[in-house]
Amino acid sequence: MTVEGPSGHPLLEVKRLKSYFPIRKGFMRREVGAVRAVDDVSFHIDRGETLSLVGESGCGKTTTARCILRAIDPTDGQILFRPTEDKVFDVAQSTRRELRRLRRDMQMIFQDPFSSLNPRFTLLEIVGEPLLVNGMRSGRERQERVEELLRLVGMRPEYMRRFPHAFSGGQRQRIGIARALALNPRLVVADEPVSALDVSVQAQILNLLLDLQQKLGLTYLFVAHDLSVVKHLSDRVAVMYVGRLVEMTDRERLFNSPRHPYTEALLSSVPEPDPRRRSQRIVLEGEVANPAAPPSGCYFHPRCRYAQDVCRTDTPVWEEVTEGHWVACHRAKELELAGVRDRLPMNTAAGNSTNPATNATPAA
Amino acid sequence: MATRAAGKRRPLLRVQNLKTHFFPDEGTVRAVDGASFEVCAGQTLGIVGESGCGKSVTARSILRIVEHPGEIVEGEIRYLHRTDGREVELDLAQISADGPEMRQIRGGEIAMIFQEPMTSFSPVHPIGSQIVEAIRLHSPLGKREARERAADLLRQVGISRAEARLNEYAYQLSGGLRQRAMIAMALSAEPRVLIADEPTTALDVTTQAQILDLLRQLQTDLGMAIILITHNLGVVAEMCDTVVVMYLGRVVEEGSVDAIFHNPKHPYTRLLLQSIPSLHSEARVPLPTISGAIPHPYNRPEGCPFHNRCPQFIPGTCDRHVPELQALDEEESDQLVSCFLYHEPTDERA
Ligand SMILES: Nc1ncnc2c1ncn2[C@@H]1O[C@H](COP(=O)(O)OP(=O)(O)O)[C@@H](O)[C@H]1O
Ligand SMILES: Nc1ncnc2c1ncn2[C@@H]1O[C@H](COP(=O)(O)OP(=O)(O)O)[C@@H](O)[C@H]1O
Ligand code: SF4
Ligand code: SF4
Ligand SMILES: [Mg+2]
Ligand SMILES: [Mg+2]
Repeated sequence: MTVEGPSGHPLLEVKRLKSYFPIRKGFMRREVGAVRAVDDVSFHIDRGETLSLVGESGCGKTTTARCILRAIDPTDGQILFRPTEDKVFDVAQSTRRELRRLRRDMQMIFQDPFSSLNPRFTLLEIVGEPLLVNGMRSGRERQERVEELLRLVGMRPEYMRRFPHAFSGGQRQRIGIARALALNPRLVVADEPVSALDVSVQAQILNLLLDLQQKLGLTYLFVAHDLSVVKHLSDRVAVMYVGRLVEMTDRERLFNSPRHPYTEALLSSVPEPDPRRRSQRIVLEGEVANPAAPPSGCYFHPRCRYAQDVCRTDTPVWEEVTEGHWVACHRAKELELAGVRDRLPMNTAAGNSTNPATNATPAA
Repeated sequence: MATRAAGKRRPLLRVQNLKTHFFPDEGTVRAVDGASFEVCAGQTLGIVGESGCGKSVTARSILRIVEHPGEIVEGEIRYLHRTDGREVELDLAQISADGPEMRQIRGGEIAMIFQEPMTSFSPVHPIGSQIVEAIRLHSPLGKREARERAADLLRQVGISRAEARLNEYAYQLSGGLRQRAMIAMALSAEPRVLIADEPTTALDVTTQAQILDLLRQLQTDLGMAIILITHNLGVVAEMCDTVVVMYLGRVVEEGSVDAIFHNPKHPYTRLLLQSIPSLHSEARVPLPTISGAIPHPYNRPEGCPFHNRCPQFIPGTCDRHVPELQALDEEESDQLVSCFLYHEPTDERA
């Protein structure tokens, strides 16, 4: 089932993970159904690599991340974590004590740098807290480590006595990163870490994440919905739709030769910052399915332009169609799908203002 | 100031040196501090810039809905108002915000849609009755006809089961449908100018693609001018004919979409374009960045507002004089830029 990484076992192996939320109704709060937020998801992450999880809002990315960190208890499945080659823990089954130990090795960076930092604590307290909790009692030692961490994320150590409100969004994100790195984690789960930032600040934080990965040998699970950002940061990418993975492979194959119709449509819908690349989009009709009442067969079939009868009745299997390329689609082997290099030029007759050539000199 | 190549058609809306400031107790916020641009029928103008640069306040100024303690303190908003089959040029900055002309224009000739449709719909009335009300505000239709027109509008924006949807409440609709319903309401008076303020920012890419498609289609069908406000450079490249780049309340560069993306002149425009990863850029290499962060509105730099972050900063000039938006010297270019790399200081402010 698992592909082994270059250095033996992968750092993390998620096997058939499920996370359901009960839907309760009425006075007795009876359980009447379940939101299948994560529904049978399997993947692995090798040491030192970045795996991105992409998909539209509500598809289960955050829930997957929270399960891995055991911020919530998964409904079913295994989360095998190997902090070192010879040790393996199933995070899904770990006891409280084990978890406390494991949490040093797995840390999270959040989307919102404004609400994730306690406004009443100084940077020293915020970044130093995980150190204190894990037994670094000496104030001087803690202070030195916090200084080192702040420098590492590109902040002046002199700011240590200040409170988060004195900092911009980008700087707060750096503070959050410093805190996450305090205990030398191996796995960093970053949930939309640049989504709330301004365009000019996003690049700073993306550079920092790449730089830290290189310096510290970090492994990233990167959760995001912005495909351009995902392309920039990832080694491999997993695409999620309504609680399930639909495709997973290395970055180049995913963006240039996708094998799942949903990936193709997703790539096609990204607007590109280049008016000379205006292209025809595959505009997906309808809406993302409801994870409490998903459609039969392939969850994507009501919106899929390649759907056939079998898609409406049978759930496609998650299988490795070529080495290292996993897809869940009945037609994965036969379809020729377009990647980002194969975009069709915009039909200039269709729009009145779609040809950049005419825009350069507006008509009289 | 913004002199343009002659021989262009007459713009529907022309904003000149607009300044809208806020006067809270703590000091003055120069939210919009000298913005100039224009838009013609059937064209899309993009206003792009990072948060706080004054995009929304510019839009609200045009519609004269700037809230207290904000005020238009200078500038012109020239609009070709249609009345009795004639076109009359009005300066929206000068007329009364609650006078009959402005009431006719606001939501009638110039309509606006927002990032969050929930702010446009009342939660306690079905969307149908609100669209009907909007229709009747700007037309003499009776209730029954207005309701038929409301259903037509929903169909026009791609909402199926239109009649049934009229009875639903905004919170019952998905994000994409709600955005469509708001567009339908904005179209109710057949506006000549549609201002769309971050219309797709809260949506997923696939829904964004649907809404952008819809806006394009509606423009082709109805010939509206669209002012598209966004921080997303991809959306701008995809949708706009001309682009205005704003920074701290000022227009730093303006030109055709092709010039802005392929021949940007202002250091901020250039850096902004370089700093975004795209589907075609090289992965996992450091991106060029803009140093520092956007200054706090109370902490505006003197001189060029970008000077404390600009790699081409000219000491003694950029920190002492304010660059004005001017045409490039090049022939045939209608690109405008506000930067001392391209022209000498003209002001006496220091
Ligand atoms: N605590 C919860 N209780 C009930 N439903 C939840 C809870 N958390 C998430 N969900 C539901 O699970 C699905 C996946 O959510 P989430 O993992 O947050 O998606 P994403 O991060 O991809 O946007 C959504 O339908 C969401 O409404
Ligand atoms: N009601 C207000 N009172 C004081 N300042 C305001 C008010 N509304 C907006 N501003 C300020 O005006 C500037 C421009 O805001 P805005 O136009 O909303 O930016 P954008 O839409 O480009 O993100 C910001 O600095 C903002 O803080
Ligand atoms: S299984 Fe069928 S419906 Fe699903 S993605 Fe493949 S072709 Fe489309
Ligand atoms: S005026 Fe000076 S500081 Fe401002 S953008 Fe131009 S070179 Fe940079
Ligand atoms: Mg999420
Ligand atoms: Mg705004």
